[in-house]
Amino acid sequence: MEKNNRKAWLYLLPALLFLGVFLVYPLFDVMIYSVEEGYNFASQTFFGMGKYNYAYVLRDPYFLQALKNTFILVIITVPVSTGIALLISVGLNSIRFLKEFFQTVFFLPYVTNTLAVGLVFMILFKKTPYSDGFVNLIIHALGGSSVDFIEGPYWAKMTVMCLYTIWVVMPFKILILTSALASVNPDYYKAAKVDGTKNLRIFTRITLPMISPMIFYLIITGFIGAFKAYSDVVAIFGTNLNVAGMNTIVGYVYDMLYGDSGGYPSYASAAALILFAIVLTITCINLLIRKKSVFSS
Amino acid sequence: MKIVLKNLTKRYPNRNRKIHDDVIAVNDFNFEIPDGQLVGLLGPSGCGKSTTLNMICGLEKPSSGKIFFGEDDVTELPPENRGVGMVFQSYALYPHLTVRQNILFPLENRKGDDRLSKEQMLEKAREAASLVQIDALMDRKPRELSGGQQQRVAIARALVKMPRVLLLDEPLSNLDARLRLQTREEIRRIQRETGITTVFVTHDQEEAMSISDSIVVMEAGVVQQIGKPQEVYDEPVNLFVAKFLGTPPINVFEGKIKKEMLYIGEEAVMEVPKLPDQEVTVGIRPEGFALKEKGTLSCRLSAVEVTGRDTSIVATHPACLSPQLRAIIPSESQVTGRDGFVSFDLKPAKVKLFDRVTSKRIW
Repeated sequence: MEKNNRKAWLYLLPALLFLGVFLVYPLFDVMIYSVEEGYNFASQTFFGMGKYNYAYVLRDPYFLQALKNTFILVIITVPVSTGIALLISVGLNSIRFLKEFFQTVFFLPYVTNTLAVGLVFMILFKKTPYSDGFVNLIIHALGGSSVDFIEGPYWAKMTVMCLYTIWVVMPFKILILTSALASVNPDYYKAAKVDGTKNLRIFTRITLPMISPMIFYLIITGFIGAFKAYSDVVAIFGTNLNVAGMNTIVGYVYDMLYGDSGGYPSYASAAALILFAIVLTITCINLLIRKKSVFSS
Repeated sequence: MKIVLKNLTKRYPNRNRKIHDDVIAVNDFNFEIPDGQLVGLLGPSGCGKSTTLNMICGLEKPSSGKIFFGEDDVTELPPENRGVGMVFQSYALYPHLTVRQNILFPLENRKGDDRLSKEQMLEKAREAASLVQIDALMDRKPRELSGGQQQRVAIARALVKMPRVLLLDEPLSNLDARLRLQTREEIRRIQRETGITTVFVTHDQEEAMSISDSIVVMEAGVVQQIGKPQEVYDEPVNLFVAKFLGTPPINVFEGKIKKEMLYIGEEAVMEVPKLPDQEVTVGIRPEGFALKEKGTLSCRLSAVEVTGRDTSIVATHPACLSPQLRAIIPSESQVTGRDGFVSFDLKPAKVKLFDRVTSKRIW
C-alpha cells in the first residue's frame, strides 16, 4: 500500500510540477504582489505591506469604467446568448432537413479566429471615409441617421460589444444544448403525447427540467467567461481601450502591467484578485440556486 | 371497449437506399379483441408486436388498414384523442417530478370543461395510486423507488385518466425474476378490477401464457396464431409457434412416416393412423417423454438435472435437430441409464408432426 502510494505520487509528479510552477506559485505571487505597497518593478523593492493597492484600484476611474463595462457585458450577454442558443438548439433538434448543414453553420464562429471575426464586425459596423459600414447602410435604408459604432457614443459601442460576445459564445452553447436535448429519452415525449400534453407544456415541464443541469453549467461557465472578456474587445476597439472607454477588468489588469501607463504589477494584482472575488461570489450564488432549482438524476 | 384491427399493415422505407422494397413490419393483421380482455402480443424481437402496439396507441400511423375502438374508427386520431393509457418499457416516469406529480400530469393537461378542480385531480390520483398500492410513496421521486414500484406508478399514471384501452410495452422486462411473478399477478388483478381492455407486448412466452385471456403469436410481421394460451400451446398451427411456446422448448427431430408408423431415426416410435408416407418434422414436448426400460426411443444420456419438483433429463439423439434434447419426468422416477443410454415411450398427445417443407402442423 505504502509503496503503491509512492508510485502514484511519482506518476503524478510531472503534472504537479507544472501545476505548481505555472498555477499555484503565480497565484500566491499575485496575492503577495497585491499587498506590497509602492512596489518598484526595476529595483524589485517595496515600501511596506497594506491594502493601499486595493484602495487605489477601487478609486481609479479607469477601473470603475472597466468594472461597469464588464458587468453590463455579463448581465446582457449571458442570459441572451443562453436563451438564443436554447431556441436554436430546440429548432435544430426538431428539424430533419439540412440539420447537419445548419449545425455546421452555427458552429462556425467557434472555429473562426477571434481577430478575423473582429475584422468582420469592423466591416459591419465601422465608419470609414469610404463607407459607413453595412449596418449603417441598413439604418439609412430604414430612414435612420448613421451611428458611429466603433468610435461613437457609449451605447453604440456597447451594443457592438454585446452582439459580438453573444455571437462568439453561442456555438459552444448550441453544441452542448443540442447534445443535451438529443440525450433526453424519447419515451418521455411519447408518454407526454399519449397524455395529450401541449407542446409548450412539454417544453417547460419536461424538456427544460431534463436539460437544466446543462443550462446551469452553461450559465456558470458563461458568467466566468464573460467576466474574463478581453481579446474580443481588443479585436473590435483596438488596444487603447481606456481612451475608447471600453476597457474590461482583464484589460485593466493588462494595461497596468504592460500598457502605456503600465509597470504596476501591484495594482494589476489587486485588480485581478478583485475580479477573482467577484467571479467566486457569483459562482457560489449560482451553485446555491442550482441546488434548489435543478433536477439531478 | 372492444378493439378491432382490420387489415392492419405497416411498411417502412428500407434504410438501405439501394433496396427499394419496403420493410413490412406488420402485415395484414386482423383481430377483434373482446371488451375487457387481457391480450398478449407475443413474438421474438423484431416481429412487429411493438409496432402493432404503437399503432393501436396512435404513436405510429398504419400504412393501410383500420383500427376501431368499439364502433369508433380511431385510425386517423392522434393518441391524445383515442383515450389510451400507455405504459412504456422504460416506464418514462418524469424523474424531476414526484410520484403524485407524475400521476397528476395527464389530468393537468386537460383544458376547458374537461379540466377537473385541484381537489378532484388529487382524489383521482389517490384512487389510481391505491389501485396499484403505492399510496405511501406519493411524495417520492421515481429514482427513490424500486423497479416494481416504478412500474406501478407508470400503470397508475396510465390509468388515472380512465382510458378506454390500456397498452403495456414489455411491462415486466426490467424486473427481476421474483418481482416479475408478483407483478404479472398484479397486472392481472388491476386489469380485472378496472375491466379495461388491455393489450401488452412481450417476448417472454411464459409471461404471456400466464396472465392473458388470449395470446397472439407473431413472427416477421405476420400473425401466426391467435387463441387461448392453453389452446395455442396444445394445438400449435406450425413449427414456429410450437417452438416459441413452452419452457423448456419443444424437442425437434427429423422423422418419417412409413405405413402409418412414425420413425425417428431407425426406431418406430408411434402409430400415426391415416397419415400418408412422408418425411416429417417431429416435435415432442419435454413432458411428452415417459421413462421406460426398452421404450421406443433411446437416447444417449448426458445429464440428469434435479430441480426438486421434477427431474429433467438431458440427452442426445442423432435425429434431434438441436444438440441436446430435454425431457421432464416426475421426480419420483429413478433414472437408470444402461450403458449411458435411456429409453422412453412417447405420450401421443404431446407429439406434434409438421410438414418438412411448409412447417405446417399435420398431426
